[in-house]
Amino acid sequence: MNEFQTELKNSLERFRLDHIEPHAEHDDAEENFRMDVFRGLGELGVCGMTVDENYGGLGLGYTDLCIALEEIAKSSVSYAVTVSVSLMVQGIIQKFGNEEQKKKYLPDLTSGQEIGAFCLSESSSGSDAKSLKTTAKKVEGGYILNGAKMWITSGGIAKTYVVMARTGEEGAKGVSAFIVQDGTEGLSFGKKEKKMGWKVSPTREVLFQNCFVPEENLLLGEGQGFKVALGGLDAGRITIGSIAVGLSDRAVSESVKYSLERQQFDQPIFDFQGLQFMISDMACEMEASRLLVMKAAELLDAGKINSKLCSMAKLKATDVAMKVTTDAVQVHGGVGYTTEYPVERMMRDAKVLQIVEGTNQIQRLVIARHLKKEFQG
Amino acid sequence: MWYFSDEEKQLQKVCSDFARNEIAPHAEKHDTEETFNIEAFRKMGELGVLGITADPEYGGAGMGALAATMVMEEFGKACPGLTLSYLAHSILAVNNIENNASAEQKAKYLPKLVTGEHIGCMGMSEPEYGSDAVGIQTRAKKDGNDYIINGTKMWITNAQYSDIAYVYTRTGEDRKNLSTFILEKDKGHYEVGKPIHKMGMRGSPTGELIFDNVRVPSEQMVGEEGSSIYHMMKNLEIERLTISGISLGIAQACVDQCIKYANERQQFGKNIGEFQLIQKMIAEMATETEMMRNFLYNLCYRYDQGEKGPVTAAMAKLQIPKMATKIALDAIQLHGGYGYSREFPVERLMRDNKLNEIGAGTNEVMIMIIAKNLLSQK
Repeated sequence: MNEFQTELKNSLERFRLDHIEPHAEHDDAEENFRMDVFRGLGELGVCGMTVDENYGGLGLGYTDLCIALEEIAKSSVSYAVTVSVSLMVQGIIQKFGNEEQKKKYLPDLTSGQEIGAFCLSESSSGSDAKSLKTTAKKVEGGYILNGAKMWITSGGIAKTYVVMARTGEEGAKGVSAFIVQDGTEGLSFGKKEKKMGWKVSPTREVLFQNCFVPEENLLLGEGQGFKVALGGLDAGRITIGSIAVGLSDRAVSESVKYSLERQQFDQPIFDFQGLQFMISDMACEMEASRLLVMKAAELLDAGKINSKLCSMAKLKATDVAMKVTTDAVQVHGGVGYTTEYPVERMMRDAKVLQIVEGTNQIQRLVIARHLKKEFQG
Repeated sequence: MWYFSDEEKQLQKVCSDFARNEIAPHAEKHDTEETFNIEAFRKMGELGVLGITADPEYGGAGMGALAATMVMEEFGKACPGLTLSYLAHSILAVNNIENNASAEQKAKYLPKLVTGEHIGCMGMSEPEYGSDAVGIQTRAKKDGNDYIINGTKMWITNAQYSDIAYVYTRTGEDRKNLSTFILEKDKGHYEVGKPIHKMGMRGSPTGELIFDNVRVPSEQMVGEEGSSIYHMMKNLEIERLTISGISLGIAQACVDQCIKYANERQQFGKNIGEFQLIQKMIAEMATETEMMRNFLYNLCYRYDQGEKGPVTAAMAKLQIPKMATKIALDAIQLHGGYGYSREFPVERLMRDNKLNEIGAGTNEVMIMIIAKNLLSQK
């Protein structure tokens, strides 16, 4: 880590310990999101880290972002995910938007005053995204959107939504991307999903009922929606990977701390070889997944995107986070199963990392496709 | 090899129907609200399973570990939390009283426990003594014809709803000098502490038992003073077999849910069950569940035939809950986003199952027991 990155990590550590950690248990139980915490992260520059300075961002790279997300995830996967999804939306607008769109939508998002959300999934199209059914019908001056988007992270709390809807034929080529802001007539939100984890981050259905969206909100052009949606994919997989690494890191530290304190059979349980084997494996897997995520981020920053490595980073880091947090509960025994200690929450938060941004089954298919292509040349 | 007798098959049918009609429809609600399905619990009395191993003389069913574990599987498919409460009552309280208490004590306590009029719990663990259970520090001191008890018991399933507690205490400095009491809440023999909020098994109340200088007549003691260590270890064997039955039920419920979902959910224009990745997950989890079932029921059958000892029960308890956690995690994965939501039961089953890798002795303690016993064999 360079000097800047160390400073970034330290300031985020102070922030999370002062503003996130004290409410972590309560806010998980109450499913309570704090906008002031998100805005506080915005003041530290995190919410627009990878966006150009022209639009209020910091113009930094994904390696820097990974360090930041890792640190936030140590106290809250939910806030880290809110930041990461909002940044993905900004990345899309920066990459595919025209100058007017960038000037209009990016500054509120880079500053962290507002949140961005990404609307692709529907109840019957999750992994099979290109079969989506939400329609955008061309009318004079714009489009009328109809349909329901499901599993939308930050649904209801976000201001700016990038929405994929069908303007043409079946399949990927008939999909277009739109920017829609909260407050637009015809845009509403379904009930908050009841989830196993990520309880601080609200997940809602986003509903479009005869929702008129002006022409200037179309991103890139008709039929370009899938290009737009896929444009955020590699970065999204790296950021989910880095959140998984932060979660694993905390799970390892909590396990070391507890096992050195907890006495059974007149010695700290850490002194049992069975525990040492477990904790060493946890730490080792965590470090390995960190290196893989950072490698993928470095390549992305260097302009040498490697989609296979991005998928591998997401797959490995999230599988490791699931394993490591499950073992952390185990190291803590009975107290680990209670809400008094953070590890049970961490285990619940880990599971969905294996599902979002392409399930780990889909990652395996992507990796296999690349391997086949590499072999066949 | 194990097999179910006609009586056991009949009981399995009855329990399966009961689980479907009385337990399953309320499982999600009790998980969300952290409440106890006391109506279903009391009805288990009419079903005749609350005293599954108790002598028919006291209203029990007089059956063995195989039958008890089978009931755990059937109830566990529907609501592991309520099943854990059933286990704490029928195996930790009732079975202990059946095997260790005097005829007078049995006649006094068993009839109301087997009907469900009374709810039982057991107190072993303490805040500082979990894995190291023999080290417990709750003390019972002789005072005339009474004992004075001081200490706190932790992680007590059914604490808040209990009428009767079967409690282990220390009566001497020697590490193995432990004694047991049957205590009554109505007589002020114990207080109940704050409820404990848990990741899973939220349909099963967990609390503390607090003893603050309570005076208890010596007739509440089970057996001779200082003689409890043997029967404490003994009951852990059937506890570990039966709790593994809950994990077996969880694994089977996950397999059933996955098969149903894979045949319904369409992606890329076909049922996801047509993808080999999904087929692999289902084939493996179903195979593992069948292995678990045959392993566990075989050990239960042998236990009922008189082949007892700590090792085989620890092996079941080590392997079955661990495999069930993996199966339940895969079941969530197979359901994707829906599996992570509370609309489908698999996330609850996973949270519930994690407890079974910790309660009744952690996986790590099982390893210690197995290894210690194997390595000390001549």
